[in-house]
Amino acid sequence: MLAIEPRRQPSRAWSLLSPAIAIALTLCVGALLFGLAGRDPGHALYVLFIQPLTSTYGLTELLVKATPLILIATGLAIGFRANVWNIGAEGQYTVGALAGGGLALAFHDSTSPLLLPAVLLAGCAGGMAWGAIPALLRTRFNVNEILSSLMLTYVAILLLSWLVHGPWRDPDGYNFPESRLLSDAATLPILVDDTRLHAGLLFALLAVAGAWVLMGRSVVGFQLRVSGQSRIAAHYAGYSTTGLVWFALLLSGGLAGLAGISEVSGTINQLLPTISPGYGFTAIIVAFLGRLHPLGIIPAGLLIALSYIGGELAQIEVGVPAAVTGIFQGVLLFFLLGCDLLTGYRIRLAPVRGT
Amino acid sequence: MTAPLVALSNISRSFGDVRACDGISLSLEPGEIHALLGENGAGKSTLVRIIYGLLEPDAGTMEWNGEPVRIRTPAAARALGIGMVFQHFTLFESMTVLENIALALDRRVDRSELRARIGAVIATYGMALEADRHVHSLSAGERQRVEVVRCLLQDPRLLILDEPTSVLTPQEAEQLFATLRQLRDEGRSILYISHRLEEVRALCERATILRGGRRVAQCDPRTETAASLAERMIGRLPPAPVRAAGGRGPERIRINGLSLAARHRFGVALDDISLAVRGGEILGIAGIAGNGQGELLAALSGEISTPTGMIAFDGEPVGRLGPAGRRERGAAAVPEQRLGHAAVPAMTLADNLFLTAPRRQDLARGGMLRPDAIAGAAERVIDSFDVRTTGAGAVASSLSGGNLQKFIVGREVDREPEILVIAQPTWGVDAGAAVTIRAALRRRASAGAAVLVISQDLDEIFEICDRIAVIAAGRLSDARETSSFSVEEVGLLMGHAAGGPGRAGD
Amino acid sequence: MDPASMVLTIVAAATPLLLAATGELVTEKSGVLNLGVEGMMLVGAVTAFAAAVSSGSPVAGFAAGAGAGAAMAAIFAALTLGLQANQVATGLALTIFGVSLSAMFGAPFVGQALSPIPRLEVPVLGEVPLVGPVLFGHDAMVYLSLLILAGVALFLYRTRAGLVIQAVGEAPDAAHALGYRVLRIRTCACLFGGAMAGLAGSYLCLAYTPMWAENMTAGRGWIALALVVFATWRPGRLLLGAYLFGAVTILQLYAQGRGVEVASQFMSMLPYLATILVLVLISRDRTRMLLNAPRSIGTAFLPPR
Repeated sequence: MLAIEPRRQPSRAWSLLSPAIAIALTLCVGALLFGLAGRDPGHALYVLFIQPLTSTYGLTELLVKATPLILIATGLAIGFRANVWNIGAEGQYTVGALAGGGLALAFHDSTSPLLLPAVLLAGCAGGMAWGAIPALLRTRFNVNEILSSLMLTYVAILLLSWLVHGPWRDPDGYNFPESRLLSDAATLPILVDDTRLHAGLLFALLAVAGAWVLMGRSVVGFQLRVSGQSRIAAHYAGYSTTGLVWFALLLSGGLAGLAGISEVSGTINQLLPTISPGYGFTAIIVAFLGRLHPLGIIPAGLLIALSYIGGELAQIEVGVPAAVTGIFQGVLLFFLLGCDLLTGYRIRLAPVRGT
Repeated sequence: MTAPLVALSNISRSFGDVRACDGISLSLEPGEIHALLGENGAGKSTLVRIIYGLLEPDAGTMEWNGEPVRIRTPAAARALGIGMVFQHFTLFESMTVLENIALALDRRVDRSELRARIGAVIATYGMALEADRHVHSLSAGERQRVEVVRCLLQDPRLLILDEPTSVLTPQEAEQLFATLRQLRDEGRSILYISHRLEEVRALCERATILRGGRRVAQCDPRTETAASLAERMIGRLPPAPVRAAGGRGPERIRINGLSLAARHRFGVALDDISLAVRGGEILGIAGIAGNGQGELLAALSGEISTPTGMIAFDGEPVGRLGPAGRRERGAAAVPEQRLGHAAVPAMTLADNLFLTAPRRQDLARGGMLRPDAIAGAAERVIDSFDVRTTGAGAVASSLSGGNLQKFIVGREVDREPEILVIAQPTWGVDAGAAVTIRAALRRRASAGAAVLVISQDLDEIFEICDRIAVIAAGRLSDARETSSFSVEEVGLLMGHAAGGPGRAGD
Repeated sequence: MDPASMVLTIVAAATPLLLAATGELVTEKSGVLNLGVEGMMLVGAVTAFAAAVSSGSPVAGFAAGAGAGAAMAAIFAALTLGLQANQVATGLALTIFGVSLSAMFGAPFVGQALSPIPRLEVPVLGEVPLVGPVLFGHDAMVYLSLLILAGVALFLYRTRAGLVIQAVGEAPDAAHALGYRVLRIRTCACLFGGAMAGLAGSYLCLAYTPMWAENMTAGRGWIALALVVFATWRPGRLLLGAYLFGAVTILQLYAQGRGVEVASQFMSMLPYLATILVLVLISRDRTRMLLNAPRSIGTAFLPPR
């Protein structure tokens, strides 16, 4: 018989090993699925996870895709550590994109060097504003932020759809639901010539560094961790739970908004009805895969970004649907959550008792 | 000679690397009240959980009426005729007494039939109980009656009671004893777990004493003294702190007509509480759990804010100040619940030290933590309070109850607070740790601090407090000098709540 | 649209919400919070559609859909109950997984039409004007959803097993001490919740809009979760909530159809905004939430061995 018993002290080693085991198990399941679907598992996995890494284009695209994931996941992880379950990052990303994008469109003729910073700030502010709603609802009306932030995502996407179909539609765009292209003054600089790698990556790295200091060293980070573990203890210590909820939602909303405007200003360069392949939701997986730790989020973001690019390649080369990417991500998160058992618990062979 | 009702031999059970029971043997005759004595962690609860089918032993055998048995589930235990009243009640608050009883029966019983059977048990043993009341509206004594009635409905041959009197007034305990004697006279056996030696001497014919998972003695408690039992139970005890006859200083805590509405439906309202504690004294507040102690502590710690003027520290109104603000003014509060209130279970001792650190301890600068200073402060507390642990990096939940409490009390006392409010300072703590903690409280008072101890342990209250007040149903009696109070008087005051409405949730 | 057919469409729009929320209600009553309703609905829907297309039998479709929903719930139960994983995170994972899984297996079915399941033809009674169609003009699943809800209400409040589920949700430690198998009971409640979510998804793609489209639940799983909160975990109010939401959904579609001078996107926001609004109205009363919510909801239970 197998028995599960709690460890007296969570195991550090297992906390680092369990993602590795989860990844290995996910690959096994993937190979099995491809095999069952009558495809060569080795080739399929190669296309998914290795081939993108063999070209400069693939490598830079990896960073392009990882940028929004890392930005968003960094903010979400801080919230999750504090027991603030913002799962509406997709909405905050969208509102950030349309706040910044809207500013860029409004000052389309400006060449001021201040336009780009203003656009980025507007993006941040937009995300924060969208995150502020669940914060207000939770602190003032006791509304579960999981449900409210998610509902607001649908609202945000519909809002974007209305804007690009209506007021912000490009007058010269043959009636396509698209805005005008952003001006050069509102476009993020490219880091490597002839690629799409833009300066948003630097924001992501800065965010990770900032989050690392915040959560590991600062008093606010300590308070967030305490309130995530035990609200009663946080109250006893005298921390403002209301303030911490606001902090977590504004921060994660702001970073999601920054991710949104970076993507629009750096990659897409205009507003479209769809500006995200689900970054806001996938970032939840990234956050968990990264152990809710800022430094863990970088490799996690890269891995998930790889699955996006690999998924696109696999669609062409192996003929599997794009949804394979999402399945890989979901299975990976399952295995990861399951393997986490090993961190907090010990599994042992229980003797046959009582004879 | 007939076979004993139950005979356990060489029962062992480990949790991880801890041997909770180590080769324990025990037998019970029919019609016997048998005491199982021992400190917290001695293995009493594990042993009875094995008898009741909640745990399986690693080794050892059990006989019932001379026949070998293996009890794998509580239902099997009940089918044999074993009933159990748990220390932490296994009742469902939002359900009625009737529903709670129905849930403990192994087959479906028609409501009206069940009602009749409950009525019969109540009449036989003279226990007042209303079947349609919701459990959350019952007092602790009434809740226990629900548990007892629930067992008796199954006509048990053996009744196990785990620390049954810890929530009762002395008068309620007497009523329980009368019921237990009646059950014994009917030929039923009772296994009575307690660490209260006087009541064991009054009630039980035999006692088995456990220490560290082993059986260390079996005796007739009626022929022993409390002191001789304690020595077998604990080993050698450090000397108890002597109450210093030092003078009392100025008034430091003042509560004036404090009234608070209940925080939720399972809560207790505080009703016009007034109180003054002077520097240099320990004032004890006795009372059965759930009579407003939690609310009073929260009002004093700052977790609940109160209208200006109701609470003053050193003459200054603090009702609107939060816990952090009060700590900055030299106050400290230790709540009853250790894990998840006074300490964060999954965080290290160093983190838990920082949890309540006031600014003057200088453990953070410019919004940034100072990890070395924090760890140093935690190590200091660990050393000076003899906290048994691997160090400041150990997580709080890895410590035993007594060691964690030493750390928590140590963390607060180390900051030399002028005002110290503490609830159930030694509840569930082993005797050695209890002595350390009480001595620390005494020292704080001797240094001129005002110390307020909220406790349901009357022995403790009488041992360390200079003055005593009693809380019952959210009202506080006048405080009197300890020397002018008797245990019976305090018990009577505590009992004013019995049967009254309102009891705290958890 | 005449009043009678308006009522019919409102009921049809409400039925998937009602089915999913009824299942989640039972799950939550046992103390488990499964946020994966959306994912279970989608996987249920695509399985139901595939089964109905290949077998030609809607009944087989519903059965397959319920089975697929339960299978998804089984993953959830294995992780959260068997392996003590965080319920919130696992529920989110289940939704992410379900969205992709259904998109992959549904790809061949996109664009295929299916004839909707028939409405009951009740002779005579069904022909009474207004009242006839309103009471007797629905499809069988509508009546089944109401029957299941009534059954759940009876089960929870009138049977011993229902009492046990609530006991497990309120105080798992106490239930364990009395000898109840907490994890087994919770697993059953989870599986029921999954099967109901699967049925809800099946209803969407077999009856409400008889076709398969990627992500066709459009947040209904989440709305069902909100409905359970709105109902303060009581079956009777669940009915009220579901039909209220059905009405909001249909009225905005109706308004869009009538060319109301508001952009369609704003009308489409209404169900989501309405969800937030009802959550505000219900949740602000903290005491009531505290009183009605299963006390142990969302927390893991590991039986001491």
